[in-house]
Amino acid sequence: MRVALQITCVNDAMFPDTGKAVVRLLRRLGVEVDFPAAQTCCSQPMVNTGYLDEAVPVVRAYVDAFSGYDAVVTPSGSCAGSVRHQHALVARRSGDPGLVAAVADTSPRAYELSEFLVDVLGVVDVGAYFPHRVTYHPTCHSLRMLGVGDRPQQLLENVRGIELVDLPHATECCGFGGTFALKNADTSVAMGADKARHVRDTGAEVLVAGDNSCLMHIGGMLSRQRAGVRVMHLAEILAATA
Amino acid sequence: MSGTFVGMPAFPTAAREALGDTQLRRNLAHATRTIRDKRAKVVAEVEEWEELRLAGAGVKEAALRDLATHLETLEDSLTRAGATVHWARDAEEACAIVASVTKAQGADEVVKVKSMATQEIGLNEALEADGIAAWETDLAELIVQLGEDLPSHILVPAIHRNRAEIREIFRRRMGAVGRPAPDGLSDEPAALAGAAREHLREKFLRAKVAVSGANFAVADTGTLVVVESEGNGRMCLTLPEVLISVVGIEKVVATWADLDPMLRLLPRSSTGERMNPYTSTWSGVTPGDGPQEVHVVLLDNGRTRALADDVGRQALRCIRCSACLNVCPVYERVGGHAYGSVYPGPIGAILNPLLNGVTDPQTASLPYASTLCGACFEVCPVRIDIPSVLVDQRAAVVDSHRDDRIPKPEAVAMKGAAWTFSSARRLARAEQASGLAGRVLGRFSRTTLPGGQAAAGRLPGPAAGWTSARDLPAPPAESFRAWWLRTNGGTDGGQDGGGS
Repeated sequence: MRVALQITCVNDAMFPDTGKAVVRLLRRLGVEVDFPAAQTCCSQPMVNTGYLDEAVPVVRAYVDAFSGYDAVVTPSGSCAGSVRHQHALVARRSGDPGLVAAVADTSPRAYELSEFLVDVLGVVDVGAYFPHRVTYHPTCHSLRMLGVGDRPQQLLENVRGIELVDLPHATECCGFGGTFALKNADTSVAMGADKARHVRDTGAEVLVAGDNSCLMHIGGMLSRQRAGVRVMHLAEILAATA
Repeated sequence: MSGTFVGMPAFPTAAREALGDTQLRRNLAHATRTIRDKRAKVVAEVEEWEELRLAGAGVKEAALRDLATHLETLEDSLTRAGATVHWARDAEEACAIVASVTKAQGADEVVKVKSMATQEIGLNEALEADGIAAWETDLAELIVQLGEDLPSHILVPAIHRNRAEIREIFRRRMGAVGRPAPDGLSDEPAALAGAAREHLREKFLRAKVAVSGANFAVADTGTLVVVESEGNGRMCLTLPEVLISVVGIEKVVATWADLDPMLRLLPRSSTGERMNPYTSTWSGVTPGDGPQEVHVVLLDNGRTRALADDVGRQALRCIRCSACLNVCPVYERVGGHAYGSVYPGPIGAILNPLLNGVTDPQTASLPYASTLCGACFEVCPVRIDIPSVLVDQRAAVVDSHRDDRIPKPEAVAMKGAAWTFSSARRLARAEQASGLAGRVLGRFSRTTLPGGQAAAGRLPGPAAGWTSARDLPAPPAESFRAWWLRTNGGTDGGQDGGGS
């Protein structure tokens, strides 16, 4: 099986440690991932702001980089959702039947990390060790666009030493929303403040999620509050060992 | 005597104001949580809920697919049953029809059943300008009307008010327009409802003309349906001599049997009840029983515009249940007024641009009033994929500016991002630059996030919207791409960073 890592633009530029954790984790599980150097972005920033024409060359870059792989694994529910649910729309808009066909081929092979681990590799115990009090926020796109269900929790429950606590009102959106965080900054912050409050109520020292963009928002609020809670990507906890 | 949404600022501005209203925040958080918990409970009782949603969507979709035929059938059935059918292209035509029918009765007042269509067309204000008083009889609409307020929710338009505020409105305003509130009125719900009952009763008994909308219009039988909780609607539908119903053309369903899934979906989705207390159905005129003159105004007002939109037309399936409002984290915090329309919340954020187009900046701000979290789609009883329509309407907003002589800064930025993202080499160079910027920012701010990553500090310009309330990590010096290249994917002993 040829497996590619789609790092996502946000992780590439802002959170490279998440990518390194994915590589380390998969290597430990016996999967050697490729990093196709031609990859850039899934196009979601353009699509979700309404710039569909601008998204076309970006989707083209995606299919060029990832065609030929059996599976593309990405540490982001949101970017996997974009690939699986929005690329077809962008391709149709382009009017290029070649792109429509290419997208139909690449899109279904995109997996969010927890999907790849549980569904493709068939593991829930990845042999991790993380002796901390942790709460998990299911991000909206992983939950409602992809339907990852409780796969991330299954993976976390099998981590040695972890003290996993439920997040109250977990399925409520954190208020990030891509450009929403800037266009409607006040509303975004109001939502983030409530999410941060729920996180603090758990007494956890670490908030974990499968999307660094949501974590950047919630973590940014927790940091500003000096709340004593840090945020980590799911991959980083699963990669951690004794 | 009620307010108007005309001149409302764009969503971000209106939302900012609403977010500062502590009473509003408290009222909304409490009310939306209560109603969505109720909904979740009664929906969970129905094992085949997902099949029911599909059936509901199917009924509406089938009706929309052949709308012209169903509307002609409806007109025929209604006419045969003794009703007079009017067609209204827009709000102005619809209001003029209602005013002229009312005046022909020599009446100077109407009692109203709660109706979104008449709110949409501004009927009360139009009638008032014509010397006709329109009395809202739904309890929540009455509170809004007496308070010279604006509705903030589709189902419970006074959701932004609590009982202390309602008591105050009743005491202050009831006397000016009819029977005053009793002395010593308390803020107990039963007492408030009692005061409203007394106040409304004299209006029910006096009015010659009633105005309603309809939840459904059954084409094959010529039947209009009104679903309600209080019974005040039924008072209006049965007591006056003349009944005028303003019905959006998308309310049509083909057959009586089509009501089956709809009447099961609606109450559970809207009020969180297994069944609503009052379902009134009438087909034209029944001699000796109820109104002896029945008018039906079939309203377009932008609906054919929405119907022509391939992606957006699904919004016409909406049965105005409000489940999407109650579950929306944006609506919960800013309330309905910030949307500047009688249709607030997620459905309003797509319906308003679909009905009216996106040329007006206030309407153009609505598709962006969402994080695309998808909670609305999950609860919608007729499976309107609101997030997808939101994105499509955002594209409509962007496309409407493609010929601008001076492009917006956002358009320039997005074009730049697309240019960068269409080549990995350009992206790598951009990341080098951002890494350098990150080093500078990190050095200036001298702060770190919990866990150790350097923070960027407070930034100027558009980024201030982020950093005024949230810390931001400084971009690290080395991107993942650069690390991969340098260490050959971490196999050259470069397994640094992120280890624990």
